[in-house]
Amino acid sequence: MSEDIRTPIREFISAKFPQISLDDDEDILALGFVNSLFAMELVMFVERTFGVRVPNEQLKLDNFRTMNAMADLVRGLSESMRLSAG
Amino acid sequence: MTVPLTEAAGGTAADPGGVLDDVRGFAESEIAPHAEEWDQNERLPPKLLTRIGELGLWAPFLPAGLGGAGMTWATLGRVHEEIGRGCSSVRSFLTVHTMVTWTVQRWGTDGQRERWLPRLATGELLGAFCLTEPDSGSDASAAGTVAERVASGWVINGEKKWMTAGQVAGLLLVFCRTEGNMSAFLVPADTPGVEITPITGVMGTRASMLARIVLRDVTVGPDALVGPPGWAAATVMTGALDLGRYSVACGSVGILQACLDACVAYTSRRTVRDGRLSELQLIRRKISDMVVSGRAARLLCAEAGRLKDADDPATIMATWVAKYHASTAASAAASDAVQIHGANGFSAAYPAARLYRDAKVAEVIEGSTELQQLTIAEEAYREVAR
Repeated sequence: MSEDIRTPIREFISAKFPQISLDDDEDILALGFVNSLFAMELVMFVERTFGVRVPNEQLKLDNFRTMNAMADLVRGLSESMRLSAG
Repeated sequence: MTVPLTEAAGGTAADPGGVLDDVRGFAESEIAPHAEEWDQNERLPPKLLTRIGELGLWAPFLPAGLGGAGMTWATLGRVHEEIGRGCSSVRSFLTVHTMVTWTVQRWGTDGQRERWLPRLATGELLGAFCLTEPDSGSDASAAGTVAERVASGWVINGEKKWMTAGQVAGLLLVFCRTEGNMSAFLVPADTPGVEITPITGVMGTRASMLARIVLRDVTVGPDALVGPPGWAAATVMTGALDLGRYSVACGSVGILQACLDACVAYTSRRTVRDGRLSELQLIRRKISDMVVSGRAARLLCAEAGRLKDADDPATIMATWVAKYHASTAASAAASDAVQIHGANGFSAAYPAARLYRDAKVAEVIEGSTELQQLTIAEEAYREVAR
């Protein structure tokens, strides 16, 4: 499940920054290429790809810092949606 | 007189109910005939602002349940084009109102949506986007306006400049520095400590009712903070600016169309020694350039709108590209329009001078031409490196 989530995110980031090879726990913010434009694109990508809405309180640095953090965020949001729907 | 540029791909499908015909009729009968007068007076009449509300054009992108019409971004772009064809100052009101209203819809709490959206939807309350300052523009990180957290909420101090619609706006979306980061606040314009001073004598979009807004110990509650604070507030700003850029791009297509309409009409009746101006090859070259650059700009805007409707992150770069082309092409077309009109091109009796001044504004706001060149080129290098 986690790998399913991480794969498209990794592909999205790699398409934007092909020179970067990311480990799942690597801090992408420390690499210095994340500006506000890319942050917006990343949020839109996550929402569109996984059919979730990132609420304000979850839109924080640590949730987008690593591939694993983003996967955890998506998993949590998907679970919340499933519980509210069900 | 309107010279057909083209229908953008999917143009008819993007106009369910013929809303664009209605907007075009409104712009032709109630906006364009008065644009020169408003430009000279440096203000828009209140009855026009009311009329825009009656037609449901302030925030038609909102869902019906929130007072809108659920209009797609592709269609909204065409609406802003039609309004921009009539008067860029009116379009600029729609631009900033869209930015503020979208921010409340996208990032606001339930309470903020309930409090602000109904009146923003009707235009009873107009929004002003307060980012630029006397000493900072495109570089938002250099902003000096500060919000300090206090027991009752926040206290804001600073100065914002060049706020479109600032003279009449009821709700200010103010970007401030907070605890080392940046945050956005919804500040009613009548809050004690808010001082609004009209800015007059500007070159373009002269009727956009610009204002300088000083915030002196302005105290707002905790519910004034909109969207996430800190790092993510840049996302709020980026999203709103993206929509502003889209609106300006579409409005620039309207300027291109207005230049084409004016020049074809003028050269068709104006005679020179050898016949009509329209028969001169050098005139025809300028007309051709307007047609081609206008069609390209409209298609780029349509693509950016389509991507927005699909929630595709590629819309952000597509919007940069659309705005860069549309605004620079509008400037070029308006320059040619003045040239074609000769001495008449400098007169308020013809639209060319106003179009020329307004087109230049589109090259500066929501990301200058130079900033767009840097951003688009950076993306190109990334593309090549893939």
